[in-house]
Amino acid sequence: MVNVTDTTQFAPAIAGKQPRKGRARGARRDRKFTPWLFLLVPLALLAVFTYLPAANMVMYSFTDWNGFEATPKEFVGVDNYVSIFTRDDILPVFLVSVYYIGASFIQMAIALYFATLLSFSTWFQNLFKGILFFPALINGVAIGFVFLYLFQPGGTLDSVLGAVGAGELTKFWLGDPDVVNYSLAATSVWRYTGLNFVLFLGAIQSIPKETYEAAEIDGANRWHQFRFIIAPSIKRIISLSFILAISGSLAVFEIPYIMTQGANGSMTFVIKTVTLGLGTFHKVGLASAMAVVLLLLVLLITWVQRRLVPDDKVDLS
Amino acid sequence: MAKKHIALGAAAVAATLMLAGCQSGAAPDDGTPSGEITVLTQRTDLVDNVFQDYKKEFEAKYPDVTVNFEAITDYEGEIAIRLNTDEYGDVLPIPNSVTRDQLANYFEPLGSVEELSDDYLFLQENQTFDDTVYGLAITGNAQGYVINKKVWEAAGITEAPTTPDEFLDALQAIKDNTDAIPLYTNYKDGWPLSQWTGQRGFGEFGGDYANHTTEIDAPWTEGEDYYTIDSILFDAVADGLTEEDPATTNWENSKTLIGSGEVGTMVLGSWAIVQMQDAAEAAGGSRDDIGYYPFPYQVDGVFHSAIGGDYKNAINVNSDHKAAARAWIDWFANESGYAASQGGISPVVGGDLPATLADFDTLGVEFVETVPAPAGEEALEAAIYNGAEIDIWGNLYRQKLIDIARGAADGDKESYFAELNDKWAAARAAAEG
Repeated sequence: MVNVTDTTQFAPAIAGKQPRKGRARGARRDRKFTPWLFLLVPLALLAVFTYLPAANMVMYSFTDWNGFEATPKEFVGVDNYVSIFTRDDILPVFLVSVYYIGASFIQMAIALYFATLLSFSTWFQNLFKGILFFPALINGVAIGFVFLYLFQPGGTLDSVLGAVGAGELTKFWLGDPDVVNYSLAATSVWRYTGLNFVLFLGAIQSIPKETYEAAEIDGANRWHQFRFIIAPSIKRIISLSFILAISGSLAVFEIPYIMTQGANGSMTFVIKTVTLGLGTFHKVGLASAMAVVLLLLVLLITWVQRRLVPDDKVDLS
Repeated sequence: MAKKHIALGAAAVAATLMLAGCQSGAAPDDGTPSGEITVLTQRTDLVDNVFQDYKKEFEAKYPDVTVNFEAITDYEGEIAIRLNTDEYGDVLPIPNSVTRDQLANYFEPLGSVEELSDDYLFLQENQTFDDTVYGLAITGNAQGYVINKKVWEAAGITEAPTTPDEFLDALQAIKDNTDAIPLYTNYKDGWPLSQWTGQRGFGEFGGDYANHTTEIDAPWTEGEDYYTIDSILFDAVADGLTEEDPATTNWENSKTLIGSGEVGTMVLGSWAIVQMQDAAEAAGGSRDDIGYYPFPYQVDGVFHSAIGGDYKNAINVNSDHKAAARAWIDWFANESGYAASQGGISPVVGGDLPATLADFDTLGVEFVETVPAPAGEEALEAAIYNGAEIDIWGNLYRQKLIDIARGAADGDKESYFAELNDKWAAARAAAEG
């Protein structure tokens, strides 16, 4: 993939010790090329494993290919795109994403609350940080199985509800079509809050301590500190989290796929793409077109979001 | 962060692939079994025990051959992608997703139907195209449903139901007279729902049923096998004769449930009998608690059960050790004893009926072998069901059927069957057009 012998020629340049005499032009040229040399491997990997497959996907989306190498790919124009927008079972699955978008707001609120709280000195600060971050370390498949047991009739959740005297609240958490998406979205909140929390915490901790001290001298309470120091300082992280949350909600896959396989009205756009593609029906052309649509949609949302919240520089002083 | 890890991982994978590529020096294939072969298998549960014994026996017989196994959990999903490379082992079960007209692209021909039919059964299925056979069945299955005899007897039923109505009455009796769940659908895991499709062939069209469906527009009409099958499932769910929360079923656990008598019935191929007997024993019961009945439908007073090959072992057309791979396939069918150990029908002509199907003997069940599709139409059925997006071998359309039956989705039996018929007719027109 990468020509290894090339790099050895530049070994002295990499080592940084240049012979004095060849300094003038050689060194400058080396300095120009060296960064690219380092970038060669990651760029090659990026091209081979990200951009090339993505370009192929766009190409497939204009064919009726069934996913098997040996079968011909017939060019069908925009037929696949037309059927995405005309079929009554593809676009409506985006409605399921609304549950996850709603959940991601709750998730960010929880994460922001705890990040603010734990950025000040509290008892067992590190223990709580660990507890909050812990779910983000667990494999999504394992989380799916754990919550499957939690939501079983007579499972953990029902037992806990029974123990606190709220037994009449038990339902079929995954079996009831009116409840299943709330259950799945709640699982998703549990899983990703930790990640949001760490992002927020890192941003908050980069705020210089003197700012708080100055604010305290001026008589600002904790709420004021949050409103006028923390929130503006981490605005960029919050807006980044929003983009990630919304694109993540549109592309939600892992948790519903493991827990329900998209059955019982929990079908999401990506699960639909997988089943139409290699998963079940071998309509790789159509599935590729759906992936392209999702990509464009996420780009569009990101663009709109950037227009609404311009990325201006944060200046607290 | 994540991007970086993926890139690193990809680099590692790429390096491994290169190394692997260097190792397999192509030995000349002179017809005597030799070399190192990789055998893919879907039996993750057997690969470390039973298959290791097979390896020993086989290598004792062919000392020049070394056998390695690679067990794949999501066999169908993973293999469909790997088939686009050359690296899919030397011997592998033919995945269901490969349609017949594609066989020659991936697999080595083993011989004509005529040459092989003296020795082997189940030759005219998904492994054969144009009279050329590409795979040999690892075992054979009959179709019907697994019951816990104690539960059925406690409900007062000792005879196999002969009609769908009798079957539903039997389930009702189980509900009324015992604490057991009469019928377990395994909705959550999904794939067990495809076992209902396997039942087809019990009706008037016999083993020709699949071909018959390619000639009609409405397979969900009274008298059709698909109608009978899905009506039973629909009515059982609608009458509350199945588990109360289908969304949290669990396949592994379902074995224990039927073994211990908490579930009365599951519709599964005969391959499941041994697993259920094991579960019954593990749950403190006896292997004899598990029985197997044919699908509740009779033609002229006789039960019919579709028999067919399980997965078919085939040789990778890119293999460097085809002779060794062929020796493994033949040995596996003839000498491994796999079929007998799984309670299956031997793929070898003249093999004995397994003890697990003893009930079939007493009931006088007639076996029905699948009739191959006519020349030129081998891929037609798949083109129709994929085109219609009715996954007769999947989980989606029967999950929706169950959702409608239990009131969790809009519609009723008539409207859903009409929808299926419409899709089928449209896809059929497109496939033939």
